[in-house]
Amino acid sequence: MSDDLILQGHDAPVISRRVQPMLRDSRIFAVIVLIVVIIVLWEGAKLLFHLPDRKLPHIGSILGEFASRTQGGSGPFWGVLMLNNAAATLGEALTGFILGGILGCLLAVVFTASPLLERGLLPYVVGSQLVPILAVAPMVVIGMGHLGAPDWLSKAIIAAYLTFFPVTIGMSRGLRAVPRDALPLMRSYAASGLQIFWKLRLPASLPYLFTALKISATASIIGSIIGELPVGAARGIGVVVVNAAQYYNSRPQNLWAAVLVASLLGLCFYGAVVLAERLIVGPQAQA
Amino acid sequence: MQRQPPVIAIDNLTKTYDGRAGQVVALSNVSLEISPGEFISLIGPSGCGKSTLMRLIGDLTQPSTGSITIKGKTPTRARQDRDYGIVFQAPVLYDWRTVQRNVELPLEIMGQGRSERGRRSAEMLKLVGLSEFDQAYPRQLSGGMQQRVAIARALVFAPSILLMDEPFGALDELTRERMQGELLDIWARTNATVIFVTHSIPEAVFLSDRVVVMSPRPGRIEAIIPIDLPRPRDTLTREDPHFFALATEVRERLRHS
Repeated sequence: MSDDLILQGHDAPVISRRVQPMLRDSRIFAVIVLIVVIIVLWEGAKLLFHLPDRKLPHIGSILGEFASRTQGGSGPFWGVLMLNNAAATLGEALTGFILGGILGCLLAVVFTASPLLERGLLPYVVGSQLVPILAVAPMVVIGMGHLGAPDWLSKAIIAAYLTFFPVTIGMSRGLRAVPRDALPLMRSYAASGLQIFWKLRLPASLPYLFTALKISATASIIGSIIGELPVGAARGIGVVVVNAAQYYNSRPQNLWAAVLVASLLGLCFYGAVVLAERLIVGPQAQA
Repeated sequence: MQRQPPVIAIDNLTKTYDGRAGQVVALSNVSLEISPGEFISLIGPSGCGKSTLMRLIGDLTQPSTGSITIKGKTPTRARQDRDYGIVFQAPVLYDWRTVQRNVELPLEIMGQGRSERGRRSAEMLKLVGLSEFDQAYPRQLSGGMQQRVAIARALVFAPSILLMDEPFGALDELTRERMQGELLDIWARTNATVIFVTHSIPEAVFLSDRVVVMSPRPGRIEAIIPIDLPRPRDTLTREDPHFFALATEVRERLRHS
């Protein structure tokens, strides 16, 4: 019992440790190359097809927008204003993400425990996602407003509405994705249903849960932005987008800047989920 | 072999499934008595019901008619008393647990304390020769090592009956022979009764006290061949003419089935 011990036991982790710094360098390099390519294509297209600023502003003027002042030069910087609004959106999205995540997991647990309930309820869960969110959003905002709920909560609920669905589907799959013969094994230990859930089903489902959460992270940002679109919302990147759209002809770079902020917001949220996955699931289960 | 009261008594067991093309008889009129500490192999072609018989003994599935008595109890009672350690063809290790925590899993479920778990798992990992790998994750181990972890996990709570369903079926021939030798060493240090499902003739002969030859359609016991090779057995056993004679006998009975 010696050769297979040596061969596969230790080599793999050592190699990956050696390769890692190189990999990181090449990734940074790739990012820089990509950014350069985008700039060249963007400005090249503008030059080649004589695109006016109204159709495609210079990248420089979009970035410069963050450093210019609002209210015709007397207000705070656009960059600060947009970050403030982005923070509001992020707060709503995060609340919705957590609410939707909890709801999604609960539904998945119920579905796994009772196939009958799953067959009964799943069509409504799917149906809920087929209703145009643009139609639902004003109903929620106005309805919640009548109930006296704070402004941010109604947006969080719209974000939750988009978040829970991928989690329900992903987690339902994950809770059933136990290794073959793992259930008979647990049965041979006379494990209780709760023990099977905590020690087998839940950990086995985590990779599926995180895949779903990655989709949900971006969906929750979209959800809260859509919640900010109906008239009357005070803060959020959605409000900035609506305002910028109104002044697009005179100041196109403003809308582009707002869109850039919204994308970066989604990207950061997604990155946070990836990071959490690395910490919780760990590299051993991802290979 | 002196007759002690059997640890496993199987009486006129029949198991039928409802298949797509009507009823399928997986096992028909199987009777067998197994003594404490015996090493029994179930051998036969696919569909002879050997795995089904093992699963019936382990209370993983229920018989249609007939009865199984485990130490005077029903299989369900025996399972609840944690009389069974099971090893499947796949190691069924949990990827998210280290080797040590995989071995400790049954003890965790049985409510043992942390220090006791640590002591027992360290002992078992030493027995299967994986002490240095206690903090490794299953995917970092070779197939043979993973199966050793599975054996350690099956034995960690000292079950009186070890059920093994083609545990070495996925391993290459050399690893397989080495694992067979190790299994006999481990078995000698426990008092466990072993039910070993296989379709390898040399494996069954090398390991067993008795080889139960089964035949398909419907699954039934064709012959029970006592293996009187002296113990401890080692590589030389495999070159013994009597080993070949017994293997030939098993092969003949399989062919006539």
